[in-house]
Amino acid sequence: MSDLTRLGAAEMARLLRDGELSSVELTQAHLDRIEAVDGAVHAFLQTLPEAALAQAQAADAARAAGEDLPALAGVPIAVKDVLATKGLRTTCGSRILENWIPAYDATVVRKLRQAHLPVLGKTNMDEFAMGSSTEHSAFGPTRNPWDLERIPGGSGGGSAAAVGAFEAPLALGSDTGGSIRQPAAVTGTVGVKPTYGAVSRYGLVAMASSLDQVGPVARNVLDTALLHELIGGHDPKDQTSLNEPVARAVDAARLGLGGDVKGLRVGIVRELGGRGYQRGVLDRFDEALGELRSLGASVREISCPSFRYALPAYYLIMPSEASSNLARFDAMRYGLRVDPQTGPVTAETVMGATRAAGFGAEVKRRIILGTYALSAGYYDAYYGSAQKVRTLIQQDFENAWEQVDVLVSPTSPTTAFKLGEKLDDPLAMYLADVATIPVNLAGIPGMSVPCGLAEDRLPVGFQILAPARADAFLYQVGGALEAALEAKWGAPLLARAPGLPQGPSRTEGGVK
Amino acid sequence: MPAISREEVARVAALARISLADAELDQMASQLDSIVEAVRTVSEAAGGDVPATSHPIPLVNVYRPDAVHPSLSVEAALQSAPAREADQFKVPQILGEEP
Repeated sequence: MSDLTRLGAAEMARLLRDGELSSVELTQAHLDRIEAVDGAVHAFLQTLPEAALAQAQAADAARAAGEDLPALAGVPIAVKDVLATKGLRTTCGSRILENWIPAYDATVVRKLRQAHLPVLGKTNMDEFAMGSSTEHSAFGPTRNPWDLERIPGGSGGGSAAAVGAFEAPLALGSDTGGSIRQPAAVTGTVGVKPTYGAVSRYGLVAMASSLDQVGPVARNVLDTALLHELIGGHDPKDQTSLNEPVARAVDAARLGLGGDVKGLRVGIVRELGGRGYQRGVLDRFDEALGELRSLGASVREISCPSFRYALPAYYLIMPSEASSNLARFDAMRYGLRVDPQTGPVTAETVMGATRAAGFGAEVKRRIILGTYALSAGYYDAYYGSAQKVRTLIQQDFENAWEQVDVLVSPTSPTTAFKLGEKLDDPLAMYLADVATIPVNLAGIPGMSVPCGLAEDRLPVGFQILAPARADAFLYQVGGALEAALEAKWGAPLLARAPGLPQGPSRTEGGVK
Repeated sequence: MPAISREEVARVAALARISLADAELDQMASQLDSIVEAVRTVSEAAGGDVPATSHPIPLVNVYRPDAVHPSLSVEAALQSAPAREADQFKVPQILGEEP
């Protein structure tokens, strides 16, 4: 069979189940694809060919032995390098963790192993998941498969680009302010940030613990749903994990793909559009709304007045939590240790020198901003007020849910910008997440699904938001939109992506 | 007047245990000043009667059974240590020298 990598994960799973394909063949096809194009894309920080093939062999053996296997058994996957993998380097895109080898697996990684999904490698990311472009990775940026001169989004640009470049059918990401959804939008892929607590955070290197959430990344809504159900569920090792049944994502996706959204009430967030949003982004968004209307959904505008304070509140809460979480990088128990060049060598001076050498500019900025916001004399004005804004944003959502089932907006105000364009202007970079951040502050689920190409021929993302615990709505609406748009286009959006230059992997700047 | 001065950044960086170089301090001060300027609007958004939210989905009393579970071996816990001595993490001196 030619071009196995172009299939969706659900289709791969069917062929594996029917014995028409082995996991070893499928995994090898993806390793070959990575070898051919990752020199140009740089989605991976580390590939794991031998381990992945061994897992594929085990999957094939289990199937041959007649074991009852999970739906995605044998389908390979990429894992964002923010998730701990036992015995395998986990860098978080940072020099400070360049040589860290975790002694344990993240719960979601353990679930992948138990379900026999071969792990192809660890994907690139902004250092400690802080950024919207992957340019803050200590190991060099990932490039957008649609245009190698442009950003793939961030912080999970590696996972989105790996899936978009057909290097993996599935990937795991993490989303603190949009790190799954914004990369999905700018690469023409699908990404979901589940309800806070729906997926375990055990083994996820923490940035902002009250905002972080692990979620699925794929090329279509059904594949995303399959992965969501696999990784979701209660974990006693995560005290914020919800002890509730996993969302019925797959059933909801199938319902939506069948066109069933009749009577569904859709609200457009007035504050997430208009000024500051690219013309082509708004045009594709409006056309997608038209598709939902034709399918029988009702559409109205909803105002969320406190959303204008979401970005400022986020840039106080997130750095405050990050400054506390990243205090663990003290050069004592694991990670980098650097001695000061002059003066006494004490625990304090070693920690200062290590963090100066091991953290990049954006991480330093956020730790210092967070330390400032939490320090005596500023706490009430900054962190305290930001927590109140969080309440107001939750109230805006609560009001909305009395009138509609889902809210929608463009995922990001613009298409992929050029590498380097916003690197020296942190505030401009932060604006890429203006539409995704309210979701994390409220703990609700959100999805980005492709809705076409803008005037610059780059992908646009359509964001769907649902009440906490109602993740299934995302898959129903996302599935309906995907089916309607692909019927119009005659093919998935990614079929229009240009071909990639083939060549050997680059090793410079990487940790391969 | 800047919201956050170079001296303030130096003080906070010391609290955060990051030894910034002089050039970094200058750049950080001007960037942080514009960020703080942009985020200070939060204080006008919410009045005194709005309760604070620290956690998105409220949970109470999350306990686990008081039972012994396997934990990391000493070897596993020490495997990524920058320095070790016998079965312990080896750290620099933790107190400064008295003059």
